[in-house]
Amino acid sequence: MAEMTYRQALHDTLREELQRDENVFLIGEEIGRFEGSYKITAGLLQEFGPKRVVDTPICENGFVGLAIGAAMLGLRPIVEIMTINFIALAMDEIVNHAAKIYYMFGGQCPVPLVIRTPGGGGQQLSATHSQNLEVWFAHVPGLKVVAPSTPADARGLLRTAVRDDNPVLFLENLALYNTRGEVPEGDYTIPIGKAQVMKEGHDLTIISYSRMAVVALDVARRLEQERQLSIEVVDVRSLRPLDHETVVNSVKKTNRAIIFEEDWRSYGVGAELAATLQEEAFDYLDAPIQRVAGAEVPLPYSKPLEQAALPSARQLVEAVDRLAIRKRRVVYA
Amino acid sequence: METRQQRKAAAQGAGPGDPRSPASLLEGTDRETLLNYYYQMVLIRYFEEKAGEMYTRARIGGYCHLNLGEEATVVGFCAGLEADDYVYTNYREHGYAICRGISPAVVMAELFGKKTGCSSGRGGSMHLFDLKRRFMGGYGIVGGQLPLAVGAAFALAYRGAREIVACQMGDGTTNGGPFHESLNLAKLYRLPVVFLIVNNQYGMGTRVDQGSAVPDLYRKACAYDIRSERVDGTDLLAVLEAVRTAARIAREEREPSLIEAVSYRFRGHSVVDPDRYRPEDEVRRWRERDPILLYATRLKEAGLMDESTRQELEARAQHEVEEAVRFAEESEFPSVEELYDFVYAGEGGR
Ligand SMILES: Cc1ncc(C[n+]2csc(CCOP(=O)(O)OP(=O)(O)O)c2C)c(N)n1
Repeated sequence: MAEMTYRQALHDTLREELQRDENVFLIGEEIGRFEGSYKITAGLLQEFGPKRVVDTPICENGFVGLAIGAAMLGLRPIVEIMTINFIALAMDEIVNHAAKIYYMFGGQCPVPLVIRTPGGGGQQLSATHSQNLEVWFAHVPGLKVVAPSTPADARGLLRTAVRDDNPVLFLENLALYNTRGEVPEGDYTIPIGKAQVMKEGHDLTIISYSRMAVVALDVARRLEQERQLSIEVVDVRSLRPLDHETVVNSVKKTNRAIIFEEDWRSYGVGAELAATLQEEAFDYLDAPIQRVAGAEVPLPYSKPLEQAALPSARQLVEAVDRLAIRKRRVVYA
Repeated sequence: METRQQRKAAAQGAGPGDPRSPASLLEGTDRETLLNYYYQMVLIRYFEEKAGEMYTRARIGGYCHLNLGEEATVVGFCAGLEADDYVYTNYREHGYAICRGISPAVVMAELFGKKTGCSSGRGGSMHLFDLKRRFMGGYGIVGGQLPLAVGAAFALAYRGAREIVACQMGDGTTNGGPFHESLNLAKLYRLPVVFLIVNNQYGMGTRVDQGSAVPDLYRKACAYDIRSERVDGTDLLAVLEAVRTAARIAREEREPSLIEAVSYRFRGHSVVDPDRYRPEDEVRRWRERDPILLYATRLKEAGLMDESTRQELEARAQHEVEEAVRFAEESEFPSVEELYDFVYAGEGGR
């Protein structure tokens, strides 16, 4: 194990996959000479040359489509979209082509492609530059969508994504790049579609992913100290396929669930999770499922407004309180 | 800045009514090959007429876009390529699929939605595919095939392969972003790709000059310093020669090029289109320039095809289409248990 940042974990994994397989190449805006807007690809152009680290013009539709076409012929492109906010320009290529080529052509042509892109708010970047658009992709069969929350997961999931024969949206979060954690060494992989229980507990379950999973873990630890509450934290990590089993089993054990997500609430990941729990664990629920999500506004620039729009630790604690009240009612009734 | 070829084409005003295909192709190619081009054109013609009929008899569902009247562009395009080159097209692609060697029976079966179709019944008319024959698909989103074709060419360049990519599109496609992004990327990375615009002069009901600020479509390539030319798309040999040249440049010089073949579709945009937006006399004039008749006349004048040979070829094509329908009729639909097959490659299921 070595301690490193989320950024370093991504960088090292890209480097190792470039070394391992000649068919792997990186492509995106400003990833080579400029070394990446968030410096994930620093030094890679120097090491691997312009054939393997390809700078593109500003044309998201064009270069994402190019990567899909290259994947159809057996290369394994890793695309960087500078931030997820620009992915709308490439939506047609991802949703209408990458996701469907394998199915629509009767299983003849896999599309082994990774699209890495950071998202998330909190940097005062305003409405067009701080979004969580994961649901757009998690909604579409044929795509896989992962959103690691820790350096270890970033490494393990990125490795798996690169080696997967399907198009994988690999969602990073700007606010996580500098976070640190232990990362296993060697050829460490994590299967796509498996949730992780970050912390065991028996009073309630918080289900989350990406940056909010980190916040959730922090809150859970704090409440354990402050209130002797035993909280289980599940990081789903993979939004499609979604690990229903781990989530359902956790709630069957704790009987209470809070879903904590940065994206907009309506039709979001939380809506899907809540519906699943209702279908598969209804009899085990001692209280209504709570959802804490982003406010349904385009993210504002002004700091207090932006903070008010993002889901917070405070809101999570309030949700815990709502459940705890109900818990007492059940106990004393 | 216009390229030499562009100036030449402009000066000649090449296009409909101005056939300029070299006699040398007619002389320099063996008779069997030349007759085979004729065979392919009539095969596509019969196939498409039959597809139209099968559509009205509800054997074929969804959208169905035919190549009637565009046979010279289809056959000329495919004949200018080698068997291991990769081909991408839009949704008007039955003819291309057949010319790439997918049997008409398997194409018809796909139109019928049968398991034996070239996309196992998952794609239909707009999404034919055959990896073995390097027919990389029919795409239903206007312009969607262009970045993919450029990506395939990127992969070939990456590997230092000899093959090239050829990509067909309609005139309306040249007004969208994917066209411009694709040309720019192809030139920037010097990719071996041949772009063919089949300018049938309408995108649905929009005439080319109503949709494009530059109706001389081949000139759009000069924005990317890509070599381009316009040819008469009713002239099989003109299309073939242009594609062959472009393919050679892609193969040897690793440079993209663009060809605009001016053509016309004989019927509406799709089988159900009543075609009210085109003047009747325009349609009639173009029907007189039927590429199959034009080519037959040239073969006859060159003493390469007599009437009995012609009848024989046409009878054979007709028979092949009848067999295709029989095969499609008799084939099974995919079983509903297979619904979730092919959502994901490898294990990992749904
Ligand atoms: C992005 C997109 N917009 C609109 C359509 C609907 N549509 C299908 S075909 C077509 C016309 C395209 O014309 P052209 O590129 O000239 O090709 P042609 O049909 O003449 O072969 C349109 C507008 C579509 N399929 N995709």
